[in-house]
Amino acid sequence: MGFLGDPIKFIGDWLKSLIAPLNLPPVWETFLSTLTSVIAVASFGLLIVIFLIWVERKVAARFQDRLGPNRAGKYGLLQTFADMVKLITKEDTTPETADKVVFNIAPVLSVVSVLLIWAVVPFAPTWFGTDINVGVLYIAAVGSFGILSILMAGWSSNNKYALLGAFRAVAQLISYEVPMLIMLMVPVLLASSMGMVDIVARQDMWFIVVAPLAAVVFLISAIAEVGRTPFDLLEAESEIVAGFHTEYSGMKFGMFFAAEFLHIFTVGVLFAILFMGGWRGPGAEQFPLLGMVYLMAKSTVGYFIAIWMRSTLPRIRIDHMLAFNWKFLVPLSLAILIVTAILHKLFAATTLYIPAMLVGNLVIFLASLGALRAVAQRQRKQRKPFKKRPVAKAA
Amino acid sequence: MSTVQIVFLFVGFMILLAAWMMVSRSNLVHSALWLVVALFGVAVLFVLLEAGYLAVIQVLVYIGAIAILMIFAVMLTRGDVESLTHITNRYAGWAAVMGAFLLFGLVIVLGQWPAFQTTSPEAIESANPVLDLGMAFVSPDGFTVPFIVASVLLLAAFIGAIYAAFPRKKGE
Repeated sequence: MGFLGDPIKFIGDWLKSLIAPLNLPPVWETFLSTLTSVIAVASFGLLIVIFLIWVERKVAARFQDRLGPNRAGKYGLLQTFADMVKLITKEDTTPETADKVVFNIAPVLSVVSVLLIWAVVPFAPTWFGTDINVGVLYIAAVGSFGILSILMAGWSSNNKYALLGAFRAVAQLISYEVPMLIMLMVPVLLASSMGMVDIVARQDMWFIVVAPLAAVVFLISAIAEVGRTPFDLLEAESEIVAGFHTEYSGMKFGMFFAAEFLHIFTVGVLFAILFMGGWRGPGAEQFPLLGMVYLMAKSTVGYFIAIWMRSTLPRIRIDHMLAFNWKFLVPLSLAILIVTAILHKLFAATTLYIPAMLVGNLVIFLASLGALRAVAQRQRKQRKPFKKRPVAKAA
Repeated sequence: MSTVQIVFLFVGFMILLAAWMMVSRSNLVHSALWLVVALFGVAVLFVLLEAGYLAVIQVLVYIGAIAILMIFAVMLTRGDVESLTHITNRYAGWAAVMGAFLLFGLVIVLGQWPAFQTTSPEAIESANPVLDLGMAFVSPDGFTVPFIVASVLLLAAFIGAIYAAFPRKKGE
């Protein structure tokens, strides 16, 4: 196999042979190997952000008919490094009246909450941080630290705009957690396991084929959970300055920034794992490196859709944002879950399985379109007719 | 001492410290944040007991709800949280005496409890503990009735909340 087929195992064996002469007790050996892998996964997550920021700026620029970064290095690849140096060398301020400890913990917590998700990501058949049997629930649980970090940042800044942003953030993130969690149940149901490794292993047919609506609703609510345009009400710059991170500068702001960019890519990774078969692809079992390439390639699908939405759609109003969630996404996701559960029980392991699932999804899709249409028509009837406004006369 | 014991002692100390800090802070938001530390420590204890599902639920339900608790703490108290809050009143001394008596009694009663002398049984070996838990909730000889009763109770609370929040017409 050698280095190219499975570099992680190769490096791991090499490191083990390195500490073998020390004759450490097995507890310390486990501790050291765990520590090394934790550092490796976390560094990978943080390093990929540098590249992701460049990708996002380039793609967003193409959407807006610009070139994007193109001066520093080939294709502007070094632009992010320049920005990093700028962020690090900037003055690191803490407001006079801020709650200093909470103010300084918040950005760290926001990065940690995203990095913790990567602990359960199966990169390739044999590469995963840990395979806990409640992986999907774990993802939802560590997400609550992200909400907490935003609220801590907003409250401790002692700034009314920051607090407004934080309150909006909690209203939004708590609401969109509901459809996201319900949609996480669909892959769990189809794979009959909550472990991420098992969910990938059971996807002989990608779950996006069996449950396309669930995949779409998951992606929408996960993007809202990150707080990206069109759901960026927590940092709406035209209304509340910069929202929860108004008072942050230098690297502390950089941490919130990095956490957001990493989080949106993590959503792409989760989308690929839960609905698009994760690392699965031709030859991935023999060469784990290939599985990693497949996973990263699939992750760009969800990631690209997120950038696409960001650069195309305007920010939605806060009452629309909440109404869209509670009156549309939550009932829809409940309907998807119930229909998927019944059809899965009735048709599992028969030839009709995939057609039945697709027909079920189509029926829900048409019914929800019909419901939306009926609501829109009723609203249009209730609306008072426009008064004719006097047109300014030419003098 | 084994590694698990060292971790247990460290985490237990952390929980007690966080719990003390939580009740002794005059700043409500700080109290809520110390509560997060205490609850997270309990989640770590669940992990030590090899109950991963409970640990994750502890974080998801309790720490997830702290954010809302903090919002209420900020919205329902005055702007200057610190100077207007007194954490003790003139009965503090009596409360301390009664608390000490209660603790003394509990230590004596619980000291005679035989379960302290027995060593804890090994965790049940199971290929899939989460599956076992799920089956226990729905199997007729498991916990079906308590599970359904809890669900009905939550549903009733849910409907009550919707009814209470529903806009009424004038004169009702």
